[in-house]
Amino acid sequence: MIGVISYLVFFATTASILAIAVLGLNLQWGNTGLFNGGVVAFFGAGAYGTLILGGTAQTGHLGGYGVIYPLALLGGMAMAGLMAWIVGLLTLRLRHDYLAIATFGVAVAFENLMRNAEWLAGGAKGVRGFERPLRAALGDGFVYNLFFFAVVLLVLIATYVFLQRLVVSPFGRLLRAIREDEEAAQSLGKNPARVRLVAFVTGSVILGLAGGLYGTFYAFVSPQDVLPTLTFQIWAMLIVGGAGNNRGAIFGAFLIWGAWTASGWALSRFAPVEVQLYTGSVQFILIGSVIVGMLMWRPQGFLPERLVVSHKGTTQTE
Amino acid sequence: MIQHLIDGVLTGSYLSLGAIGLTLVMHILRFANFSHAELLSLGAYVALVCDALVSALAPFLAVKLAPLSLTGSLILAIIVSMIVTGLSALLMDRLVFKRVREKGQELSMVFASFGMALIIRNVIGLIFGLSPELYSRDIAFATILSRDPLILVKPDQVFVLIAALLLMFILHLILSRTTFGYALRAVAENATLAQVNGVNLQRTIMAVWLIGGGLAAVAGVFYGISHQLIPVMGRDLVLPIFAATIVGGIGSVYGAVLGGFIVGIAGNLALVVLPSGYTPSVPLLMILAVLMIRPHGLFGEARM
Repeated sequence: MIGVISYLVFFATTASILAIAVLGLNLQWGNTGLFNGGVVAFFGAGAYGTLILGGTAQTGHLGGYGVIYPLALLGGMAMAGLMAWIVGLLTLRLRHDYLAIATFGVAVAFENLMRNAEWLAGGAKGVRGFERPLRAALGDGFVYNLFFFAVVLLVLIATYVFLQRLVVSPFGRLLRAIREDEEAAQSLGKNPARVRLVAFVTGSVILGLAGGLYGTFYAFVSPQDVLPTLTFQIWAMLIVGGAGNNRGAIFGAFLIWGAWTASGWALSRFAPVEVQLYTGSVQFILIGSVIVGMLMWRPQGFLPERLVVSHKGTTQTE
Repeated sequence: MIQHLIDGVLTGSYLSLGAIGLTLVMHILRFANFSHAELLSLGAYVALVCDALVSALAPFLAVKLAPLSLTGSLILAIIVSMIVTGLSALLMDRLVFKRVREKGQELSMVFASFGMALIIRNVIGLIFGLSPELYSRDIAFATILSRDPLILVKPDQVFVLIAALLLMFILHLILSRTTFGYALRAVAENATLAQVNGVNLQRTIMAVWLIGGGLAAVAGVFYGISHQLIPVMGRDLVLPIFAATIVGGIGSVYGAVLGGFIVGIAGNLALVVLPSGYTPSVPLLMILAVLMIRPHGLFGEARM
């Protein structure tokens, strides 16, 4: 019984961390219409940043700065934000495609750099030697995992509340206005390029937050954690849940992560041994089909964006 | 150094072929098609199957055309693969992209193309297995052009370069000398206005997919001849091809040709200063450099 519960806690923790990431992407894609093709790079920047800043000294690569955990996490988020700022500055004034291609390239280069630059973050071996916060007090077992889940859940709720308020705020209206009709927004004296940059950086910082929590959870991060797979999973979560709807984003995260875990388990359990090698391929085909299928038949997702009239004018009677 | 330059030109020849189709699709259908590189792998694998079939049916064609490691059957297979891949591209558009286009916005297409890329890449992996394949198991001996510095060129590579240039020249003739070429450019400039003037939009879009797919197939086979065939080759090719289109300017066929060679040469010259592990990052550096210096590429025009 305790086995089942501890597995559920583990599952819920991972799904909640991913849900935070999906919320970050939703700000970019759902609310602002920005295509982030390199979700995993910003997620990874958060994870690497947090572990390097907060970890113990390592021979051969950066580390051992002894930054206290909350600051380390903030540092990871700042890394993600900085990366987004540079990419955004170069691409957000141009055609939409440029951002998609450049961010995709950033993800490829990020993974490539982490895999090769041993002096930076341990190369293919990854970053080890991270002490999870409060481990001394809570140990390594179930209690710690439960505590960590509670923290992640709180962060998820906080992110959700923050984004919900942002969406109904004047800034949220501005984001939607630019998404729907850039020229109209411009004619009202708004600066679309700057607003988009703010949204892109904010979304990426949230992705970095999710990455930082992910790195903390495993106390380890390696190039295997920043493969493009994660980008596709997070997209699928948002598309299935419903772009533009924060509740949909969270729902999609749990649904897709559940489906991914279940399909992996089913394939390893029921598929013949000689096909086991191809489990990954089958899962990729499934996730690709989910993305394409949703876009073809239900592009608005299961929980579509609710278009709100934020300030109803008085009805005129004639 | 000179060896890297020569290798770069050869890499450029298949990158250019891939980039031409991509830039046309990006210009006319206005979306970044991330599944374009999968057309290269599709073409390469279709040619592999056709080559085996032709060699089995007509063994006299399976003789090497000395000094190339290329056989008559492979050349036949390339032509078949061009047609099959072009039709597959058309089919993809009919089944998926067209519907997404009608339902959603431009960026939904980009998502859909990523999804298609995942599906195609992994279906190829399921069919052909994850281990690499080769068109010819024979060792192709390189010709030594110079001993000091040592410069090696394989006859196959020369063939690839000449064939690529020839195809580009034919495309140039089609685009600049035929009514179809004018129609294509008219649609790219202004689709509505072109339709008013009697250009059949649907047919033009079909032609773009056919040309793009056909050239992608050749590019894929040339990549296979130069390296090897692996199901994930599209994953490694997608960024260099995009870099070629951006360097050349999205929408410009000549830009794509030049961009392909520039990216190919840059990637190989980078080996002089960077360890080979960093090669996959070079296209991003090229993209960022172009965006900083000349955002619309060498031949591109400003258009949102």
